[in-house]
Amino acid sequence: MDLLPFFQWCYATPIGEGIRNSTWLFPVIEAFHLLGLGLTAGAVLIVDLRLLGVGLSKQSPAQLWAGARPWLLGSVTLMFASGIPLFLSESIKCLYSFAFWVKMTSLFLVLLFTFTVVSRVAQTGLTADRPLPPRVTALTSLILWFGVAWGGRWIGFS
Amino acid sequence: MGTTLLGFFEQLGDSPWSVALHESEIAYSLIESFHVWSLCLFFGMTVMFDLRLLGWTMRKVPVSEVIRRLQPWTIAGFVLMVISGTILFYAIPVRSYQNLFFRTKMLLLLLAGVNILIFHSRIFPSVAKWDADAIPPRAARVAGALSLVLWVGIIFSGRMIAYNWFDCDRQPQPEIINFLTSCVPTD
Repeated sequence: MDLLPFFQWCYATPIGEGIRNSTWLFPVIEAFHLLGLGLTAGAVLIVDLRLLGVGLSKQSPAQLWAGARPWLLGSVTLMFASGIPLFLSESIKCLYSFAFWVKMTSLFLVLLFTFTVVSRVAQTGLTADRPLPPRVTALTSLILWFGVAWGGRWIGFS
Repeated sequence: MGTTLLGFFEQLGDSPWSVALHESEIAYSLIESFHVWSLCLFFGMTVMFDLRLLGWTMRKVPVSEVIRRLQPWTIAGFVLMVISGTILFYAIPVRSYQNLFFRTKMLLLLLAGVNILIFHSRIFPSVAKWDADAIPPRAARVAGALSLVLWVGIIFSGRMIAYNWFDCDRQPQPEIINFLTSCVPTD
């Protein structure tokens, strides 16, 4: 499948061009993106630390998941809303960036994993019908999120 | 004061380790990534605590429990951030010192520190009275909101450091900018 025409189309969009032609738009949108990353980390860590048996370990994972979920959804929305314009402004570079593909793969996997396995485990963690042991779930989630953050930061260095 | 500080940072920037770090793409990038990951840990924990102070999340969890259980992680993140941040500054001392965004960030850090001090000396000691409140009293909410605003400002100015469009080498700049960055343009 040839992705180049699509990535070229992205690159040529008015949003992509507008960001490229501005001194401060890219950094400011990137700062929002970083803010979204920090928020995501907070919501994810509250749940994953609990599944590892540390952090707010007196609380039930189900309750923490319920509290963190809206913030996770909000921060992921902020990540997409800021990440897509950033991508449009340098899509051709991304096509050839190994870090970009690491990030997209981990992102797809971690979102799927979070809203299927993590949410199930958090809600049924202490019962027998959980899909995975809590610690394995939390570690998988943290490793995948790390892939997203590593890939994301490394796009800028490539 | 300004000139002696500048002289000190110039010396620092000429030291072999600083030059090596500055010129090593891999080492510098790795440390910067590390700075971002420790930020995730620190900022993530701080935001969740601030949101609890505001009564916007985990309303059923006592405030003292949130602080006691999250604080070790917050402190760990902060220490890692300061270590990696200091190394990043050491790699580019003069440019950072004369960077308007870096200066803004340091000022906001100072204010965030004052906010934490006030919270721990004036507001938190009475926590027993409002520990289980879904929405803590006004003073605690203000401290939480201030903390959020300051750390968001720190993230923003921190991210801008790398894109400094007020750089001393990029003249002409408005006089006020050169004043604020202690920059003496040379022609």
